[in-house]
Amino acid sequence: MTDVNDLIRARLTPFPKAHFLAAQDLDPPDILALLDLADVFVDLNRQPSKKLDLLKGKTLVNMFFENSTRTQSSFELAGKRLGADTINMSMKTSSVAKGETLIDTAVTLNAMKPDLLVVRHSASGAAALLAQKVGCSVVNAGDGQHQHPTQGLLDMLSIRRAFGHVDGLTIAICGDVLHSRVARSNVILLNAMGANVRLVGPPTLIPGDADQWGADVYHDMREGIAGANVVMMLRLQLERMDGAFIPSTREYYRFYGLDREKLAVAAKDVRVMHPGPMNRGVEIDSEVADDLSVSLIQDQVEMGVAARMAVLASLAARLENER
Amino acid sequence: MIKDTTAIAFVNARLIDPASDYDGPGSLIVADGVIADVIHGHDAINGHAGIQVIDCDENAIMPGLIDMRVRTGEPGNEPAETLKSASRAAAAGGVTSFVVLPDTDPVIDEPAMVDFILRRARDIELVHVYPAGAATKGCGGKTMAEIGLMDEAGALYFTDADHVIVNSKILSRVLTYAGGFNALIAHRPKEPWLSEGAVATSGEMAARMGLSGVPALAERIMMERDLGLVELTGARFLVDLISTAEGLASLERAKARGLEVSASVSINHLMFNEIDIGDYRTFYRLDPPLRAERDRLALIDALAQGVIDVVVSNHTPRPAEDKRLPFSESAPGAIGLQTLLPALIGLHFENDIPLIDLIRAVTINPAQLLGLEAGRLEKGAPADLILVDIEAPFALRERDILSKSKNSPFENRTLQGKVLKTLVDGRIVHGG
Repeated sequence: MTDVNDLIRARLTPFPKAHFLAAQDLDPPDILALLDLADVFVDLNRQPSKKLDLLKGKTLVNMFFENSTRTQSSFELAGKRLGADTINMSMKTSSVAKGETLIDTAVTLNAMKPDLLVVRHSASGAAALLAQKVGCSVVNAGDGQHQHPTQGLLDMLSIRRAFGHVDGLTIAICGDVLHSRVARSNVILLNAMGANVRLVGPPTLIPGDADQWGADVYHDMREGIAGANVVMMLRLQLERMDGAFIPSTREYYRFYGLDREKLAVAAKDVRVMHPGPMNRGVEIDSEVADDLSVSLIQDQVEMGVAARMAVLASLAARLENER
Repeated sequence: MIKDTTAIAFVNARLIDPASDYDGPGSLIVADGVIADVIHGHDAINGHAGIQVIDCDENAIMPGLIDMRVRTGEPGNEPAETLKSASRAAAAGGVTSFVVLPDTDPVIDEPAMVDFILRRARDIELVHVYPAGAATKGCGGKTMAEIGLMDEAGALYFTDADHVIVNSKILSRVLTYAGGFNALIAHRPKEPWLSEGAVATSGEMAARMGLSGVPALAERIMMERDLGLVELTGARFLVDLISTAEGLASLERAKARGLEVSASVSINHLMFNEIDIGDYRTFYRLDPPLRAERDRLALIDALAQGVIDVVVSNHTPRPAEDKRLPFSESAPGAIGLQTLLPALIGLHFENDIPLIDLIRAVTINPAQLLGLEAGRLEKGAPADLILVDIEAPFALRERDILSKSKNSPFENRTLQGKVLKTLVDGRIVHGG
């Protein structure tokens, strides 16, 4: 354990901002520092004893206005492994459901004196609004269709561990880009690290100005993933579709679902990713999703805890510096 | 479709081919279902042993017509028309390819229905029959239909036929989505609330006859919305059945802005005007309703100038029980597969428009819009062509109509231009 603590001390740098709200909060050196630190946490998490005291005495509040078992437990585990007092507030059943405003919630929260606040909300910009009203550091765990920056970070960590580098790789982000906060965070981070990013999907599910995001846009799946090193599938967010974006899931699967046949045009060493939860047989075929020789989907979950530990530890380091 | 392997030389003909802009003497050889050679001028064809030679006696050879807008009763309303009876009428009228509208029963809104039409057409072995797919499920205007799967199965374009997609968001999504497949979307410019219950164009005629009318403006209102959405989405778009001078002005502006917009007009709106409904004859009850003479003249001019791209028959078979009713209670529509070509020839003589310019709108223009190889007299192109005596007069009698429904506004009119032979993939399917 001594080795790990030394490594952490060597790699831990204070987070560049008070909050982690969007991918653009990080410059390339910050991204590299976080990835290097996360690597240490990956090793730690694979050991029998996983507990550290970097966040000892700190209070971490997970505030999820939207259900997300995966992200919520990932943050909870990250906080606990770093020694924080972690509480989960499920806002679906709280006073918010009874009409309390987001600002009221912030006032209540402030009274609890948390140090770190992890927020997921269905409205874009909700995390940024809370950040203005609370006295602690806020981590955006997904706000509407805006961003999910820790997901972007864990995706990058998964890619870097699989290939040894990110720069120069061709990464195709496929599917429901329009509704995807994951895609918005990933395009920024991957571009910053020198990857070639492509966005692939039906025109109804790609925002009209996506070609100005620094990514090439494709509406033909085979053209879009041809030669790609990474094919990152997105969940088709049917619950966000207030009208006809696609004719049917069977048509979507036919043209944009990832199966072996379409994947054959990608690079030989291609890796497949998905932020989960997956609609099997809609955006991805089980044969591909479950093939551990190409799929990084399980790795993504593991990297999620490590990447979030890196973010929380860096934010805490900043808090210490400020005191 | 079975291809005839016997080679035929059509000599001493007048070739009319809008694709190559050629109208003059020539000969043409058909072999293995395709046009094996085209010879412009009076050069003789020699050195071809065993070839069947047909002397055309200076009659015209032109590409077979492509009709983008045809209703058949099949499936769902076979007493009105079947794919077979429509195919027979098409072959007799010189139409070698036609597109079936999707508002059948059930609606052509999924790939299995596209397959059904293609399979039935193959079995009939007369002319090429292709389906158009619905743009929204059930032509209901609410949910997008499976445009990609139908496109793959062989649907040539997408339309809700005479149903208006009222919800602008839905049409916008359809246009955006179709762009991914470079699919052509057609939409009727018909403002639904103004058009509700109307059976004629508003004006003195309708008022005098006591018929409920719709202002011609209803067309332009909807066109402006549609063209705005096309500008937003960059889709390939067909203004389906343009019928007013005001609509033409909108169309010209859209084309000038560089939008990928084309327009169709029904032959009926080039031939008839609102005066024709004067006797309450229900064969003139059409949708859109017949317009004023100034609209008709503007449409003819726009066609001659190439502003309108495509002429369609808008073949709509209605059995007697749907037409033998008071004017306002009868079903709109007229058949037209057999009279499309003679009507165009009539326009040529009456308005002094070169025939090649009129034929363009039923051959190469629809072929290009639909991505078909046919519609041209070109070496290697499918041998879908017709031999026509352009001058020959005839009167259309009910007994000559091959459609199961006989609702033709041309009935008992004298027309000019007789189709002597129709070839599809090199096979003679009419005029033995």
